[in-house]
Amino acid sequence: MMPLRKFSIHQPSTVAEASQMLAQYGEKGRLYAGGTELLLAMKHDLLRYEHLVDVKTIPDLNRIELKNGALMIGGSATHRAIERSAIVKQSLPVLAEMETKVANIRVRACGTLGGNLCFAEPHSDPATLLTALGAKAHVQGKAGVRAIAMDKLITGAYETSLAGDELLVGVEIPVLAKNQRAAYLKFQLKERPTLGLALFLELDGDNIKKASAVVGSVSVSPTQSEQANRLLTGTRAQVEKQIGDAAEALANAADPVDDTEGGADYKRHLIGVFLRRAFVKALA
Amino acid sequence: MNLQFTLNGKPWSVDCEPADTLAEVLRNQLNLNGTKVSCEVQVCGACTVLVDNLPVSACTYLAYEARGKNLLTVEGLEKADGTLHPIQQAFIDDFAFQCGYCTPGMIMAAKSLLDENPNPSREEIIHHMDGNICRCTGYVPIVAAIQRAAGMIAKEKKQ
Ligand SMILES: Cc1cc2nc3c(=O)[nH]c(=O)nc-3n(C[C@H](O)[C@H](O)[C@H](O)COP(=O)(O)OP(=O)(O)OC[C@H]3O[C@@H](n4cnc5c(N)ncnc54)[C@H](O)[C@@H]3O)c2cc1C
Ligand code: FES
Ligand code: FES
Repeated sequence: MMPLRKFSIHQPSTVAEASQMLAQYGEKGRLYAGGTELLLAMKHDLLRYEHLVDVKTIPDLNRIELKNGALMIGGSATHRAIERSAIVKQSLPVLAEMETKVANIRVRACGTLGGNLCFAEPHSDPATLLTALGAKAHVQGKAGVRAIAMDKLITGAYETSLAGDELLVGVEIPVLAKNQRAAYLKFQLKERPTLGLALFLELDGDNIKKASAVVGSVSVSPTQSEQANRLLTGTRAQVEKQIGDAAEALANAADPVDDTEGGADYKRHLIGVFLRRAFVKALA
Repeated sequence: MNLQFTLNGKPWSVDCEPADTLAEVLRNQLNLNGTKVSCEVQVCGACTVLVDNLPVSACTYLAYEARGKNLLTVEGLEKADGTLHPIQQAFIDDFAFQCGYCTPGMIMAAKSLLDENPNPSREEIIHHMDGNICRCTGYVPIVAAIQRAAGMIAKEKKQ
């Protein structure tokens, strides 16, 4: 068995204490949640830390609640807890459904939403859906608390806008209003998704007033295109005519890359197929 | 670091390092070699054990996480009189293994499914077992064994 290099584990009991530990250990320390990304990278010696700060010892950081029309999901809520939460299933079924398809049962049992978003591995399902839903990340560090729009949280492959001493405390996700629809679809051949496509629509009678299509996993971070979103508004018949152009605009913005999950051309093709399917699903 | 947990129904106290994985402690310290290790990256499921009834990958799950918890490995499945657990018996009856390397993980994953959902559909079995890889059987007999085990457990409960 590949052993891990030695480290010590610290058990903060508040977010402030965890943030202080991160500041103190600097480059030698890192937050540790489910470890499903961090420990793999450490086993392969891609990352080395002498101090792991266990976020799970902070009480209530895994809470899931509905507050003022928004779901508040704590940073250390696991995929499994979100997938099975009665509150999530009832108030935002698209999120529960997406979570049932993240990774495998073991990763879902340990892996957290905070770990998924903050590792910023390019093949993230939650990052893609949460961007389309207009979610906000609540973070806390030395400088205090702040909220970051989801599309500003992930700044590149394995990069976020969090400061070294900041923790993702939770994610705030507005639940859908009566005239809003959302769908998430993914395509996957191996362990990680080849493509994830999220579509959010706001209706005014038969008209689509507002649209937000986000594609993830095909390149470094979830992408949307203003042009594509514009082409996805209008009457249903209009949008059906324009959807090919919208897919092309989205593919151009995402600029898919070749990787182990698929070639760039193939991913461009998938964007067209899955945007159409998501549109049908959202309006079903 | 001293850890205390319940393992296969018995209390244990173990001294280990924070960086030790549960698979290392089980196999190297406690000589419980039923839990296999293959990919070591959370992908194959050979190392599946249950912690408070949840399936985890012992290959990359720190032993530290087991503190105060209830662990079950494949060694803990047979009854006191040595009779096999229905899932183990069903795997034999359906020829659900060849080399057997994936089998302890498959059986533990199946256990976590049947504990939660005693009568799963074929689709539910496939969805749940999706993260356990078998290079020999082609999966068909594994799904059949889990269906058979569900029936055996239901029958046992009636008696
Ligand atoms: C085999 C496999 C398949 C997978 N498939 C998918 C998939 O299909 N779709 C998908 O979306 N994901 C997939 N994943 C990724 C999975 O979702 C993540 O591994 C998991 O959610 C990470 O959470 P964690 O708690 O284990 O994070 P950890 O590994 O503990 O931490 C990851 C990183 O996040 C940081 N971090 C953790 N918590 C916080 C916090 N609260 N605030 C700030 N930083 C924090 C850590 O410092 C670390 O840098 C897969 C992973 C594996 C191993
Ligand atoms: S050895 Fe643990 S998942 Fe493969
Ligand atoms: S029986 Fe050989 S890997 Fe499954």
